[in-house]
Amino acid sequence: MELDVLKQKLLTMASHAETAVNQALQALTQRDRDLALRVKDNDRVIDQFEVEIDELVIQLLTKAPLASNLRLVTTAMKISQNIERIGDEASKIAKRARDLSQEPPVKIVLDLPRMAGMALDMLKTALDAFVNQDPSAARALIPRDKEVDALNKQIHAALVQHMVENPDTIGRCLHLMVVSKSLERIADHATNVAEDVVYLCEAQDIRHTGVKSQGGAV
Amino acid sequence: MPESANQTLNTAPESKSAGAPALSVRNLSVLFGKNTAVKNVSLDIAARAVTAIIGPSGCGKSTFLRALNRMHELNPEARMEGEIHLFGDDIYSRNVESVTVRRRVGMVFQKSNPFPTMSIVENVTVGLRLNGVRNRKILAERTEQSLRMAALWDEVKDRLHAPAVSLSGGQQQRLCIARALAVQPEVLLMDEPASALDPLATAKIEDLILELKKDYTIVIVTHNMQQAARASDFTAFFYLGELVEFGPTKKIFTSPAQKRTEDYVTGRFG
Repeated sequence: MELDVLKQKLLTMASHAETAVNQALQALTQRDRDLALRVKDNDRVIDQFEVEIDELVIQLLTKAPLASNLRLVTTAMKISQNIERIGDEASKIAKRARDLSQEPPVKIVLDLPRMAGMALDMLKTALDAFVNQDPSAARALIPRDKEVDALNKQIHAALVQHMVENPDTIGRCLHLMVVSKSLERIADHATNVAEDVVYLCEAQDIRHTGVKSQGGAV
Repeated sequence: MPESANQTLNTAPESKSAGAPALSVRNLSVLFGKNTAVKNVSLDIAARAVTAIIGPSGCGKSTFLRALNRMHELNPEARMEGEIHLFGDDIYSRNVESVTVRRRVGMVFQKSNPFPTMSIVENVTVGLRLNGVRNRKILAERTEQSLRMAALWDEVKDRLHAPAVSLSGGQQQRLCIARALAVQPEVLLMDEPASALDPLATAKIEDLILELKKDYTIVIVTHNMQQAARASDFTAFFYLGELVEFGPTKKIFTSPAQKRTEDYVTGRFG
C-alpha cells in the first residue's frame, strides 16, 4: 500500500537525519575531519528522500485521500521538509567541525554536549511519536524547546564573553556559535514534527495557539 | 472527543444562515414491508446550504432523500414513522398533499429524465403549466430565469424549441435542474445528479450547486466523496439505515468522530 511506502520512506529519511546529527556532533567533539566531510556528503541522500517523498505525496493526493489518510499524506510532506532541514543543520555542524578540526581547540567550557543531547533526544522523541502515533509524547516534547532556546542564549553569551576576552579565538568561537544555533534549530524542527504528529493523530492544529503542551480539545 | 461526537451525531450543525433549519427531521424511520431502510434518523438541514448524504449502497441515503419530499410514497409498501418539518410545516400532516410538498421540495435524479417528446422550453415550463399558469409572458420569464439559474441559458437560448433529447447528457441534467427550479421550490433534492456525467459536465453541475445555494437549500446524495467535499457545507454519513455521523463537511472529511465514518471515507469498507 502506497501509504505504508510513504511512512517507510519517511522513517528511513528520519533515521538518516538522526545519524547525520549524531555523526556531525561526533566529528565536532572528536575533531574528526573525515567524518565531518562524510556527513556533509551524505546530506544529498536526505535531500533525495525529500524529493521522492514529495513525488509520492503528489501522486497520493491525486487519489484524493480523506480523513486520517489525508492527514497522513499532508503531514508526511511537512515532516519530510523538517527532516530535510535537520539534515541541513547537521551539514552546517559538520562544516564547522571540519574547520575547527584544523585549528587548536578553544579553551572554554560550554554546555554544548548537554544542548546536543537535548536536541537529539527531542528529535528521537518526535520521530518515535510519529512512528507510534503518540500525540501525548509529542505534546510532552514541545515545552522542552524553550530549554534548548535558553541554553543557546547562555552559550551565545558565554562565547561573546570569551571573544571579548580572547580576540584571537573569535573565528573559532563564531563556528561554535553556529553549531549552537544549529542545535537550537534542530530542536525547533523536532518541535514542528511533534506539532505535526498531534495534527496527524488528533486533527488538532496546535501551532501558534499557546496550548501546545495541554492535552485534549480546545 | 465525546462532546464533539455527540454534537456531530444528532444535533444540527450551526447553520451558516443562522436561521431556522429548512428541514427538520425527527426520529424518521422508513420501512418497506418488514424491511427498515432508514432507522430513527434525526437531523436538521440548514437553509441555503448544501448538505451531502454519503454512505455505501443500500445504506438508506436515497430512501432518506425521497422521504424529504414524500417520493417514497410512490412505493405502496413504504411506510414512515417520525416527523419532517419544512420551514416549520409538517410535510406529513393529513392536510398536506404530497403534490404540494413536491412543489416546495424539488428533485433531480441520477439519470437525466427530460420528457422526450417535449422541447427544451416545454420541459422547463411543464410544472408551471400543470399548475395552471397560462400567461405567456410569465412562462417566458420563468423559462429564461430557470435556464439562467441552471447555467444553461446561453447554450440553448437560440434553440428553445429543439427537442430536449437533442441536448448532451450534462445539458439534459441541467435542463432537469431548470425544470425543478421553474416551480420555485424552497429545497432541491439531488440524487447522484452527476454520476452519469463526464468530469467537465460534473464540474458544471457542482459549480451550479454552489451558485444555487445562495437561494436554495440543497440536499445531495452522492457516492463521490470528493464531490461531497467540493460541493457541500454539511455531510451526513449513513450506514445500514442509520445516521452514523453528521457535521460540517470539513470535519467529516478531515477528522470524523466515528470510526465507521473514518473507515468509510478512507475506503476501508463500503
